[in-house]
Amino acid sequence: MSMTISEKILAKHADRAEVHPDELIEVKVDFALGNDITAPLAIEAFRRAGAPKVFDRDRIALIPDHFTPNKDINSAMQVKLMREFAREFQITHYFEIGRMGVEHALLPEQGLVLPGDVVIGADSHTCTYGALGAFATGVGSTDLAAAMITGRIWFKVPQSVKFIFRGRLRPWVGGKDLILYAIGQIGVDGARYRAMELTGEVIESLPMTDRFTMSNMAIEAGAKVGIIAPDGTTEDYVKERAKRPYEFFQSDADAVYEETYDWDVSGFEPMVALPHSPGNVRPINELPEIPIDQAVIGSCTNGRLEDLRQAAQVLKGKKVAPGVRCLVIPATQQIYQEAMREGLLEIFIDAEAAVSTPTCGPCLGGHMGILAAGERAVATTNRNFVGRMGHPESEVYLSNPAVAAASAIAGHIVHPDSV
Amino acid sequence: MKMRGTAWKFGDDVDTDAIIPARYLNTTDPAVLAAHCMEDADPEFMKKVKPGDMIVAGKNFGCGSSREHAPISIKAAGVSCVIAATFARIFFRNAFNMGLPILECPDAAAAIATGDEVEADLDRGIIINHTRNVTYQAQQVPPFMQQLVQAGGLIPYVQEQMRRQGC
Ligand code: SF4
Repeated sequence: MSMTISEKILAKHADRAEVHPDELIEVKVDFALGNDITAPLAIEAFRRAGAPKVFDRDRIALIPDHFTPNKDINSAMQVKLMREFAREFQITHYFEIGRMGVEHALLPEQGLVLPGDVVIGADSHTCTYGALGAFATGVGSTDLAAAMITGRIWFKVPQSVKFIFRGRLRPWVGGKDLILYAIGQIGVDGARYRAMELTGEVIESLPMTDRFTMSNMAIEAGAKVGIIAPDGTTEDYVKERAKRPYEFFQSDADAVYEETYDWDVSGFEPMVALPHSPGNVRPINELPEIPIDQAVIGSCTNGRLEDLRQAAQVLKGKKVAPGVRCLVIPATQQIYQEAMREGLLEIFIDAEAAVSTPTCGPCLGGHMGILAAGERAVATTNRNFVGRMGHPESEVYLSNPAVAAASAIAGHIVHPDSV
Repeated sequence: MKMRGTAWKFGDDVDTDAIIPARYLNTTDPAVLAAHCMEDADPEFMKKVKPGDMIVAGKNFGCGSSREHAPISIKAAGVSCVIAATFARIFFRNAFNMGLPILECPDAAAAIATGDEVEADLDRGIIINHTRNVTYQAQQVPPFMQQLVQAGGLIPYVQEQMRRQGC
């Protein structure tokens, strides 16, 4: 039987020759992760279950990245609980502040999640690792607890939907714009329960950074995973980092898809998602003048080195508009350090942007840049739901890093070419 | 497993930030999470809801983050069952794993109005609107999922496995 890449990975992990969409199966988990919001619940469930040990202390990551460095006493208590659990069960990959990064940038960077893996995370953006050709999906804290004990998880095998991106991208258009376009076209439940398979010559030409951005936002279309077939670009990224063997899977030429979308993206402008849905997408040239109070460049969507390079290219020699706060948040310590070496941080500080230690921070309205009532932000993050970055009457517009940087300079949302 | 209560109706795409806003996620106390249940969708919800009542919503209920705080908040608020046209995948999973009964039924979700007296039978996948005297066949809950709910969630299930393996 012909299978998609997702089906092949699941079949392999279920010790079966083949699996079919909608089947309920149990699979082996290669890697499991939790953060300071979800891990405490998982740890509670783990302790309630009375398990004497974890299934494999090298295949679990606990990452305190959301409310850290601890924003208040509650957050400090949550992280303390994680830290103590990690010590007690000798979890190899607990990332203390100073080593910590935003989880979905950190784990691929550290070579802990790899092509061909089944990865589960108690965080919806676990789908990011689909960019490596892994079957990676977000689950709840209880699933994480059960997987930490048994090293296994149940799934309903998803249907697959194929997205073909053809043509050539214009300057300042990248992975963020493509995935926003896709979500705008199919809607926030357009890929519900299903595996999004991102293909085509445009995807093949994208660097890993842009692929991560695209897979990251698959969940914004309701997808279980946003998977990209591994290739030479993937190999270059993982070969130096991988801490264990990995395997490349490819969809069969005659694999069955529930639906196929085929787009020529050659003429595309940068895309912006308007409040309060990542599916409310418009090309930037169709927007009226939208003044902003804040620009946020960071997150697991667009906080990687190439993202910061793009923002710096726009901000170089310029100043953030009076009355606008521009926050730059490198996603990991390694990215932070590399940005420092390349002089990007200096460009940001010269431009009068604030540069922060890695954290999710404002992305989820946690801390480090909360919006007041009536305020408006442009952000390179992935969600613009009501109240996502602060007050329920604030607004978030989602864009790529160059657009966010340009908008910080202009004081309203603009194309990078216009500053 | 049967539940009966008054329906509270919500629209499509009720996201997890509406069910339990991210600003309250620095706690895992069910009572605190319950106190803010549905706060950004209907600030009055917790003043109106009674134990056993049901939430009825449109498509893609529980979209957004993977937070388990969402079904915990709903269950701790005393809601006995959520009926929706469709559920977001992670919410679907979390609800069963936390032992919060949910039923997928587009017809019932469309027809039931706030204040209707509703009965849900999980085993048979049947929803009865007593106010309007209409019965709906919901998508049946697979046996495996029913067992999860009956056990009270995934963890008791795992405990059984541990017992079998003798650890
Ligand atoms: S950066 Fe935002 S979307 Fe990514 S893990 Fe953190 S809170 Fe979630």
